[in-house]
Amino acid sequence: MKPPAFDYIAATSVEDAVAALARSEGEGKLIAGGQSLMPMLNFRLAGPAVLIDVGRIAGLDGIEETDEGLTVGALARHAALETSPGVAKHLPVLAEAMRHVAHLAIRNRGTIGGSLSHADPAAELPLMAVLLDAVLHITGPEESREVPAEEFFIGALTTDLEDEEMVTAVTFPYLPAGCGWGFEEVSRRSGDFALAAAAATLSFEGSVISEARLAVTGVDDLPLRISEAEEGLMGGELTEEKISAAAESVQASVNPNSDAQASADYRRHLIGVLTARVLRAAAARATGGGL
Amino acid sequence: MSGKHRLQLRVNGVAHDREVEPRLLLSDFLRDELDLTGTHVGCEHGVCGACTVLLNGDSVRSCLCLAIQAEGSEVTTVEGLGSVDQLNSLQEKFREHHALQCGFCTPGMLMTATDLLSKNKQMSDEELREGLSGNLCRCTGYEHIVSAVRAAFADKGGDGS
Ligand SMILES: Cc1cc2nc3c(=O)[nH]c(=O)nc-3n(C[C@H](O)[C@H](O)[C@H](O)COP(=O)(O)OP(=O)(O)OC[C@H]3O[C@@H](n4cnc5c(N)ncnc54)[C@H](O)[C@@H]3O)c2cc1C
Ligand code: FES
Ligand code: FES
Repeated sequence: MKPPAFDYIAATSVEDAVAALARSEGEGKLIAGGQSLMPMLNFRLAGPAVLIDVGRIAGLDGIEETDEGLTVGALARHAALETSPGVAKHLPVLAEAMRHVAHLAIRNRGTIGGSLSHADPAAELPLMAVLLDAVLHITGPEESREVPAEEFFIGALTTDLEDEEMVTAVTFPYLPAGCGWGFEEVSRRSGDFALAAAAATLSFEGSVISEARLAVTGVDDLPLRISEAEEGLMGGELTEEKISAAAESVQASVNPNSDAQASADYRRHLIGVLTARVLRAAAARATGGGL
Repeated sequence: MSGKHRLQLRVNGVAHDREVEPRLLLSDFLRDELDLTGTHVGCEHGVCGACTVLLNGDSVRSCLCLAIQAEGSEVTTVEGLGSVDQLNSLQEKFREHHALQCGFCTPGMLMTATDLLSKNKQMSDEELREGLSGNLCRCTGYEHIVSAVRAAFADKGGDGS
């Protein structure tokens, strides 16, 4: 189908965009890469009175190495993260995750800010933001604020963003030196949304796990860190018992849906298998310890 | 403002200056306003890849892009590759390898492969299949399409495997 009629504004700056949002009194919508919004417009699932195009705002697509971490502008494309030398060096898990997002032509157009704001419960980038303790930079008409990823995602397609706010950037803290990582996803076909996906990072002191992060997506309304499993992994080596316990605690923590693609039981089964795989992969990649 | 907006862009090297409704899709602009019907429209929600064109050198779905978003851009469609009398080298490979039957998916396949060829020196079979995986073909079973693109890579210098 074709989109319904709407007014169109090409924003020239962040201030311009949020002012237009505020003027639209809840009837306006931002469009960045359009890879989530255009299908919704074509299906007429969305019908904004005014579309505010942020795609032409200059200087919002950078990938910068800062003291806090890698700061990625909201307009950076998925394809840019996938091929960025800075991402490959500091956050290889992020580059790996990007390869699982849709297809080339969609990664060429879809933006980081769009994916985070859209908050699809099976999307890879929100999973990475939650895993890596990313911080979102948000600007509204009155003020700017920073929100940790875990507080940003509230539910399926639901975030902490106010109607008149936009995401301008996200900062991913660097992985600590020697930290190992794993990312695993199962989808029906390459490029489809995940039925389930898991990601982990592990740091070791000798053979003892000193830091563990574990996050999952596709199996609940939002990407989740599984802190109970993380705590169970800490201190001591990564044993088969610990891996099983972590997988079980993930399975007990999530609330997957049944749909045409997969049953809730199958998704719960998958996430247990994927949890074990990402933990093994993270230990194998970590230097200074591991299995 | 739901009225028309001025749109200036280049398509296959030719400059155009038009007035368009904001909701006009790039795919419909190309087909209906410029008569470039080589860009096919299958699903209109980003799944089939038939409508793939190059936007400033990157492959994109023209059904998921408003024409107005292409303001100031350079668009390349299948008509920009070769002509019926003079196929370009990739199109020639598609012909040699029987990489099309009904031809509906072919423009999208060609534009995706053009993007892959421009950005990669060489690609493994796995990478090639992954690169083409966003384009659906209901006829060929894909094998001949992969062979054609592999051959195009081989011609570039790498052995393509
Ligand atoms: C066939 C297909 C398959 C896909 N598969 C996957 C997949 O496997 N994994 C995956 O993660 N994604 C997938 N996607 C979605 C894709 O990654 C989207 O590009 C991405 O989710 C949204 O980015 P965008 O820039 O295109 O956002 P848009 O579509 O432009 O916007 C999406 C939403 O975010 C809002 N928005 C955009 N930018 C901002 C901002 N800076 N601040 C605040 N709000 C903003 C918009 O108002 C809108 O509500 C798929 C899409 C398609 C069409
Ligand atoms: S018509 Fe655009 S992807 Fe199917
Ligand atoms: S040749 Fe018929 S769809 Fe591909």
